[in-house]
Amino acid sequence: MKTYITDIAIIGGGPAGLAAAISAYENGVNVLLIERDFELGGILPQCIHNGFGLGIFDEELTGPEFAQRYINKVMEYKIPIMLNTMVLEIRPNKNILAVNKNEGAILVKPKAIILAMGCRERTRGNIRIPGTRPAGIYTAGLAQRLVNIEGLMPGKKFVILGSGDIGMIMARRLTLEGAEVKAVIEILPYTSGLIRNKVQCLDDFGIPLLLQHTIIEIKGKDRVESVVVSKVDENWEPIKGSEKSFECDTLLLSVGLIPENELSKTAGVELDPKTRGPIINNYFQTNVEGIFACGNVLHVNDLVDNVASEGTLTGEIAAKFIKKIIKIDKNFVQLLCGRNIGYVLPQKVNKTAFKNSVRFYMRVKKPENNVYINFKVNDKLIYKKFERFARPSEMLIIDLPKQDILIDNNILIEVIPKEKKSEN
Amino acid sequence: MSEIVDSKIITCIGCPKGCQVKVSKFKNGNIEAEGYSCKHGKEYAIQEYIDPRRILTTTIIVKNGILPLIPVRSNQPLPKNKLFECMKEIANIKVPAPIKMGDVLIKNILGLNVDIIASRDLESKIN
Ligand SMILES: Cc1cc2nc3c(=O)[nH]c(=O)nc-3n(C[C@H](O)[C@H](O)[C@H](O)COP(=O)(O)OP(=O)(O)OC[C@H]3O[C@@H](n4cnc5c(N)ncnc54)[C@H](O)[C@@H]3O)c2cc1C
Ligand code: SF4
Repeated sequence: MKTYITDIAIIGGGPAGLAAAISAYENGVNVLLIERDFELGGILPQCIHNGFGLGIFDEELTGPEFAQRYINKVMEYKIPIMLNTMVLEIRPNKNILAVNKNEGAILVKPKAIILAMGCRERTRGNIRIPGTRPAGIYTAGLAQRLVNIEGLMPGKKFVILGSGDIGMIMARRLTLEGAEVKAVIEILPYTSGLIRNKVQCLDDFGIPLLLQHTIIEIKGKDRVESVVVSKVDENWEPIKGSEKSFECDTLLLSVGLIPENELSKTAGVELDPKTRGPIINNYFQTNVEGIFACGNVLHVNDLVDNVASEGTLTGEIAAKFIKKIIKIDKNFVQLLCGRNIGYVLPQKVNKTAFKNSVRFYMRVKKPENNVYINFKVNDKLIYKKFERFARPSEMLIIDLPKQDILIDNNILIEVIPKEKKSEN
Repeated sequence: MSEIVDSKIITCIGCPKGCQVKVSKFKNGNIEAEGYSCKHGKEYAIQEYIDPRRILTTTIIVKNGILPLIPVRSNQPLPKNKLFECMKEIANIKVPAPIKMGDVLIKNILGLNVDIIASRDLESKIN
């Protein structure tokens, strides 16, 4: 078996992997970027809409443009890339087993690994909708790939289940391409995507958004013919008598993404049931020494800018780890999720925090306005930040000054309303 | 103070906050906004009230490329009510590979002083 030796192997050539590769290279180590697709960019080449890059470039770019800027840099640095190469297994000794058409099975022996495999879409099986099994049911991301890359229209009359960003963006895309989008159906009382997408993708085109509704049946023999939609109560139970039928030939599912971690498990990387991604410390390092993770493989991000900046930081840390510039202490305190915190990343912090502050990424469980995000140790408030809007669809980023973390006890994070009004 | 003759609530889309900005038109012709949290929101809401515009993103068919389509965008926002007309115009066009990001594929579409540009590099197919 052909064997490659490198300092850092990066698995996944999306924005997380590209940014990590560039920054590791800039920090003076050898990098090998491994991607299973025929080109770099990850999910971005199919995300042809604009809205990427405001955080990093202060410009609104499309997905392909955002990716191209990173790809150009990787090319300029002549960073070694393996395309059409699928990683099958990471052994606990960090040897990577991969395959491609030209070489067959190959072995990569790196000193460190950065996991950047992104995520995959949830499917009908994951959310259990009853009914027949006709053709015409797609995940929104697959439909996006068909329309934007392959030039194929998956149908004429659509219903979209789930108000995630991909679903809303596809509602606009399909409408512009001449299809009819009958409705977007969302079980929650609010959209699960960005407000901007609700305004520009649905409101602009008069596409109805039915909140607190779900699909209770899919009808059709060979092809989808209609879906039955029902209002739901607070427990997500369909309300009898509220059923409506929508005639359509295609149903798109935009019901969430799941970090892609089959590979991480083969290396013995521990996962967090809340994020479904690896448990990391403030060095983006997993429980396996020398294995780091960044981007959507870690947690589902809403903004690619965060993904790329995580990648940049992870590349730098991994390079400095190999060069023994930073030593990662084994003593950590845990981050605990308190009131209305869905998850927090990193899950562990080291007492010798990297840089002057530690960046925490978190999501609330339920939308709330005018809240404080409190960091507490032993019931004592060590840091608080005011947020006017806290929404599950919008990740919160808080930089905690390093001196506030030099403590020996676990840190509790909670969301507390600014003032509790008695009426309302 | 002049009398309000028309007003509209506009959701600012400038950032994830989604401020609800109220734009009011006064009898004397003045237009004012309130409820924004930054200058971007004020500008956006007033522009949106007077002349709503959108960046158009779509694809154009490619001849002899490694992929059948090239993603494209308008280099500036277009009037919202011209989006479908532009889509029709774009559907009639085919462009040959190779293409570089930023290449102008349609100049001055519908005379709107807006160009349609390529969003990525696309190499030609090696036969
Ligand atoms: C449909 C959609 C629309 C979006 N819209 C927006 C938006 O409007 N604005 C915004 O800021 N963000 C948006 N995002 C989010 C943004 O695109 C993602 O956060 C970002 O692409 C995640 O980057 P990543 O590198 O972690 O993963 P990805 O881009 O998914 O890249 C992962 C890469 O890893 C490769 N890979 C996986 N497993 C293996 C393996 N075993 N071997 C080799 N390679 C492997 C994959 O092929 C892929 O190329 C959108 C995301 C999606 C899915
Ligand atoms: S007004 Fe400013 S803060 Fe409010 S949504 Fe717009 S850009 Fe964001």
